[in-house]
Amino acid sequence: MLIILLKAIGLGALFAVALALVVAVIFLLVAFVSMGWVALRQWRDIFSLDRWTEVMVTIGRSKLRTTLTLISVAWGIFVLVFLLGLGRGLNNGARHEFARDAVNSLMFFANKTSIPHQGYDVGRRITLDNRDYEAAKQVDGVDHISGQFFIKGGFMGGREMMTKRGGKANAFQINAVHPDAIYVKTSHKLAQGRFLTDTDIVQRRKAVVIGQGIAEYLFPEGIGPIGEWIEVANVPFQVVGVFTDSEGQENERQLYIPVSTAQLAFNGQDHLGMLEMTVGDASTAESKAIVDKITAQLAERHQFAPDDVQAVRVRNTVEQFERFSMIFFMISVFVVVIGLGTLAAGVVGVSNIMMIAVKERTKEIGVRKALGATPNSIVFMIIQESVFLTGIAGLIGLSGGVFLLDAVGKAKLTDFILDPGIDLRIGIAATLFLMAAGALAGYFPARAAARVNPIHALRDQ
Amino acid sequence: MLRLEKLNKYYRVGTHSLHVLRDIELEVADGEFVAIMGASGSGKSTLLNILGILDDYESGEYWLGDTLIRNLTEHKSANYRNRFIGFVFQSFNLLPFKTALENVALPLYYQGITRRKRNQIAGQYLERVGLRDWAEHTPVEMSGGQKQRVAIARALIAKPRLILADEPTGALDSETSKQIMDLLSEIHQSGITVLVVTHDAEIASRTQRTIRLKDGKVMSPSDLLSSTSHPSITIPAVT
Repeated sequence: MLIILLKAIGLGALFAVALALVVAVIFLLVAFVSMGWVALRQWRDIFSLDRWTEVMVTIGRSKLRTTLTLISVAWGIFVLVFLLGLGRGLNNGARHEFARDAVNSLMFFANKTSIPHQGYDVGRRITLDNRDYEAAKQVDGVDHISGQFFIKGGFMGGREMMTKRGGKANAFQINAVHPDAIYVKTSHKLAQGRFLTDTDIVQRRKAVVIGQGIAEYLFPEGIGPIGEWIEVANVPFQVVGVFTDSEGQENERQLYIPVSTAQLAFNGQDHLGMLEMTVGDASTAESKAIVDKITAQLAERHQFAPDDVQAVRVRNTVEQFERFSMIFFMISVFVVVIGLGTLAAGVVGVSNIMMIAVKERTKEIGVRKALGATPNSIVFMIIQESVFLTGIAGLIGLSGGVFLLDAVGKAKLTDFILDPGIDLRIGIAATLFLMAAGALAGYFPARAAARVNPIHALRDQ
Repeated sequence: MLRLEKLNKYYRVGTHSLHVLRDIELEVADGEFVAIMGASGSGKSTLLNILGILDDYESGEYWLGDTLIRNLTEHKSANYRNRFIGFVFQSFNLLPFKTALENVALPLYYQGITRRKRNQIAGQYLERVGLRDWAEHTPVEMSGGQKQRVAIARALIAKPRLILADEPTGALDSETSKQIMDLLSEIHQSGITVLVVTHDAEIASRTQRTIRLKDGKVMSPSDLLSSTSHPSITIPAVT
């Protein structure tokens, strides 16, 4: 009963809004048609130099009115342009930040259980292994996949190891991975040689792919590093490839070795610390399904509760990206709403000024009429003035906004704003919109004033 | 010059209809200098509106020269106002943002005469009212008498056949009033018909003939006699 009532109210409100919109549209149509009729009768005035001189003289000598109109329109357009541009900058920034990692990747980190299961207590450490990798590889929707083995005893929880060549030695991040890792780290780009291959894995070759930063550190004399031998954690490896990274030098200070070689050399049996994979263009729901499937496999093999989210921690960038995209989308919407609000305020401001201006000019209109002006010519003159003024002001606001956006873009204040800018068509459309609003706001009072018999107005002191 | 026959004008005020002008019969000959007198609310300004083709009327006829002024298009009436009638107002009604010269030239703008030509003609008319040196001044910088002279020059520039002056001296002191009336007399002597609306008997006495309006009617001489024998309290117009 209540629901039906609410629905009825909802429908009623919807109907009222629709009706109001229809009325507004009809009103605007009628207004523009009648304004267009005046314009059609007076079109010669558009090309009359004398008329424009008259308009310029009026605008130039009514400084307060002119200034107010200019400010209100220019400000509206300026804020609109700036906000829209900033919104776009935020969006670009967010996208760029996420481009660093593949936005379609899933990661599974082995951890400790948190739910008792099949007689096991909580806090049991789970260790992934090569069979998990093989099983996950078969799951539908998994595109590229790599396991990673963390070497025990290194710095940073086994991720950094001493790397040496001759007298040069330093700690670098070491990744023991499968060949597909190059597809998961999307910011890497192979500069020389090759990445790891299946043969490297099968034959447990001592092959290493190093970052540009390491190459520069270990080979300062400019020898090509390909084919050279270096020592990683006291084990000699032959350099087979060099990669660069689009995200900066920090990411070039790491190296990749075959996971099988690392497991053998560093006493890792068939253990893996992490599985990492891409899922093509899977949607959030599809990515979650894949996560569930792999988690279920792992739970069965390693005997932990399927709903234990601590045993194997999952990072799903598809879901994260969607969440962040949503946030930035909401920000964009918010910015657009504010921009439209500003535009609406501009419309109201222009309308107000135009109405007051025409009111103020009742006497002038009376004089012109008494001296032989037709009402249409008076109305059109006022429209010409308002359109000209709002046009100029729009241009000022537009260029001001674009200029400021450019400055903000160049200043690079934060990574979250990248290449702010607007579609110039939107700016021009907004300006035209304000011009139309100004013309319309001037049109009605001007028409009313031009119709009134002026003697009364002229008798006012 | 102009002739009104049984002219009636009503104003609708809410549901009522106000009968403002009742069967007005009026004739002004070519070159006459006539005053129209009457208290506030007597219908003076309505009559002036109609004579100036700024308002329509309900019944009767208004002949200006050989033309019946009735239901004219906006374009035609604007043209008549521009070429046949010159207006002079109590509050001058100069455009404040224009110089004296530009104000005087304005009627010619609506005739489509080039800016240069009309400014040149406007200069001649300013000279005629003795304000050649004030051409580049705006109205704010001028005295009341000077402003009215500029307004008269503006009324004359289109070479009208009829000057309609609405309380032309209402805002001026008596000395300046006298000068303005001298100027209007001079215009009259040059052959232009001049019609002055006033409530000032002294001004009316400077004209050739006075037409009195009361309650929307033109008063006959017999009415005048009765009104002078029983002077009624008249409230001076505050316009």
